[in-house]
Order: sequence, then C-alpha cells, then structure tokens
Amino acid sequence: MGKKLESNFKNMVAVLFVVTLVISGAVGYVYSLTEKPMEEVKKQKQVDAIKAVIPTAFNNDPFTDSWKVSVSGSADEYAYLYTAKAPDSIEIYPAKMNGKLVGTAVKSFSDKGFGGKVWVMVGFLPNGDINNYSVLEHKETPGLGTGMTDWFTKNGPGSIIGMNPQTKELKVSKDGGDIDAITAATISSRAFLQAVNSASDAIADSADASSGATTTNN
Amino acid sequence: MSKSSIFTNGIFKENPIFVQLLGMCPTLGVTSSAINGIGMGLATTFVLLMSNIVIALVSNFIPDKIRIPGFIVIIAGFVTIVDMSMAAYLPSLHASLGLYIPLIVVNCIVLGRAEAFASKNSVGVSALDGLGMGLGFTLALTILGTVRELLGSGKIFNLPIYNEEYKLLIFVLAPGAFIALGYLIAIVNKLKKAS
Repeated sequence: MGKKLESNFKNMVAVLFVVTLVISGAVGYVYSLTEKPMEEVKKQKQVDAIKAVIPTAFNNDPFTDSWKVSVSGSADEYAYLYTAKAPDSIEIYPAKMNGKLVGTAVKSFSDKGFGGKVWVMVGFLPNGDINNYSVLEHKETPGLGTGMTDWFTKNGPGSIIGMNPQTKELKVSKDGGDIDAITAATISSRAFLQAVNSASDAIADSADASSGATTTNN
Repeated sequence: MSKSSIFTNGIFKENPIFVQLLGMCPTLGVTSSAINGIGMGLATTFVLLMSNIVIALVSNFIPDKIRIPGFIVIIAGFVTIVDMSMAAYLPSLHASLGLYIPLIVVNCIVLGRAEAFASKNSVGVSALDGLGMGLGFTLALTILGTVRELLGSGKIFNLPIYNEEYKLLIFVLAPGAFIALGYLIAIVNKLKKAS
C-alpha cells in the first residue's frame, strides 16, 4: 500500500472538489441515460393500471384524451406557493372503443392516509358504477392499511365493486356508511374511500361543466 | 486473519445486526415480512460489496481528515446510480426493491465497513469483507422478518401458516420489531457463549 496523501488544506480542498465533481458528473451522466427509459416505465405502469380497471378492450390512447381536475380543499391547493411542484390533481382517462365510451379510469388520491398520500386508479363504467380499482402508491402500515389492495375487491370483505358513489357516497360503517373498514385500519379505509369518492365526483363535475368531452353521467 | 474467516466473520461472529448492532433503522423499519428482509439485505449486500471495492481503491488518495465526507459522497453517488439504472432497465426488480435503495445511503453498516475495514485493507480482502457483512445482514433481516411475519400475520413468505384471527398485530408494528430483535439478540448471545 502506498503512502497516504497528507491532510493539509490544499490537499483536502483539491481532493474533496475532485471527488464531488467526479461523482456528480457520473450521477448526471447516468441520469441523462436513464431519464427516458424511466419515463416510459412510469407511463407503462399507468397504462397497465388503466387496462386493469377498464372492463372491456379499448382502442384509443387514454393519455391523449385525458384531462386533469384540480382538487379544492386538498392540503395541496396552495402548495404551489411554497414548492416548485404543481399541486397534485385528479387525472381522468376515458377509454373508448371506436369512439364509444366503454369506461373511464380515474387516477385519484387522498391525503388523509395514515402514512400520507394514497394514490388509486379507479375504473368506472359509463353509468358511473365502479368496475375495479388498483392502488398505485401508498405508505400505509404493512399488514394493516396495506390490506386495501384486496380488501375492497369483488371477493373482498368490503367490496365496493358495482357501487356508484354518486347515488350513495362511500363511507365506512363507523361513519354511518355501509362498507366494512379494514380490520384495525379505519384511517386507511377512510382515505381509500375518499379517493374513490373524489374520483367519481371528478367525472360527474366534468360532465356537469360540459367540458366538451363525452363522459359518464348518472 | 485468513480469507475464509474474514468472510464468515460478518455472517455470525460479527454479524452487523445481532452483534455490532449497526444499521438499526432499516432493520426495524423494513422487516415486517420475510421477503422485505431479503430484498433490503440483498440490495445492501450489493452496495456494500461495490463501495468496499471502490473505497479500498481510492482510500490512499483521500487525506485522513476528510475521509468521512469523501466516503459518504462516493457511497451516495454510487447508490443513486444503482437506483436510477435499476428504475430504468429492471423496472420489476426496482418495484420490489426500489423502496429500500435510498435507505442504504444512510445505513451505517456501509460507512462503518468503509471506515473500519476497506480504507485499511486491499481490494480483494475488502470485497470479501463486504460480501460477508452483506450476507450476514441479509440473514439477520430474513430471520427477523420471518419471525415478525409469522407472529404478526400468520404467514411466512406470504404462505398462510395458521388462522389469521390468532395473529399478534403488534409484531408487524414498530414495537414488535424491538421485541423480536431483543429476543433474537439474546438467542445469538447464548449461542455465541456456547460455541
């Protein structure tokens, strides 16, 4: 082993400068290589989620037909004032077969989860009934709140499939609704149902405002 | 010290978790199931191996007084590169491990081995040490994850073992992690004394 570089001011400044320069250069270079594939992976994930919640095949590109709805009352409403990030919004992806609406996938969220935000993709039939859902992102407690990925499915204990949040708002039984909350995870259940409700509201509101797009109504 | 004892040191005698008690934050945080334990363990093993090699290579060029910031920058940059390449080219693996990767930067085992071993030893031995420590870490996390999963949700590797109604919920939560880890350390100490 050779001799160590001496710890004098000049050496230290030079070495630390070179180390950070080389490392940040390497990180920047790798980022420029991986930026595109990462975007594609992210998009593919959403496409898969949309396909999973829409009942039948569709042949349009839901991304080009999609639009966003901002959420009022959300904690993020004024987030743009103190962060550079645009506030999160609900995204609506209509799925059409030869121009006819077969279902709508809505990417919705709630910030009332036990561990922060809960992101879901909910699929609605043209009449507003829930067809299916998939949980995209959450930080709920493992073993408790994480149960939301299958608790509310068709064969789950608290199935929401086939319900229409516009006729009756989804609520857990503790709050006077008729959906059983996940055992020992009422907060996660509330957050999940809130996300589903706002997804449904987003479709209904867009239809009321007659934004020009054909959407579901009830 | 022989090469094989450097390798096996990390697995039992100086196990990073049960004996050195390093890297407790990810240990307690992610071991709510056995598969999470393996994931975190393997990701850390990879980073430990690579960072030990890189640091053994460059340690002579880094003056002693600034070695810690130097090592941290190298390790953090390395982890970020691994994270980004995995997200781009191995998305399914990243989906299951991605959560743990940023946690590895702040895992003190990585810095601990860089400081205590790799900066003073040759590249080959340092690689061996990184691999041994990483596998010891993986083993410990998997055992802890299995115990917590079995007691907390009645499953092992997601396979149901007994009726979920009898599960002890506390074991998937943070307090259960401390309790399970405490008993495991006691068992390991007993074994060490016996051997």
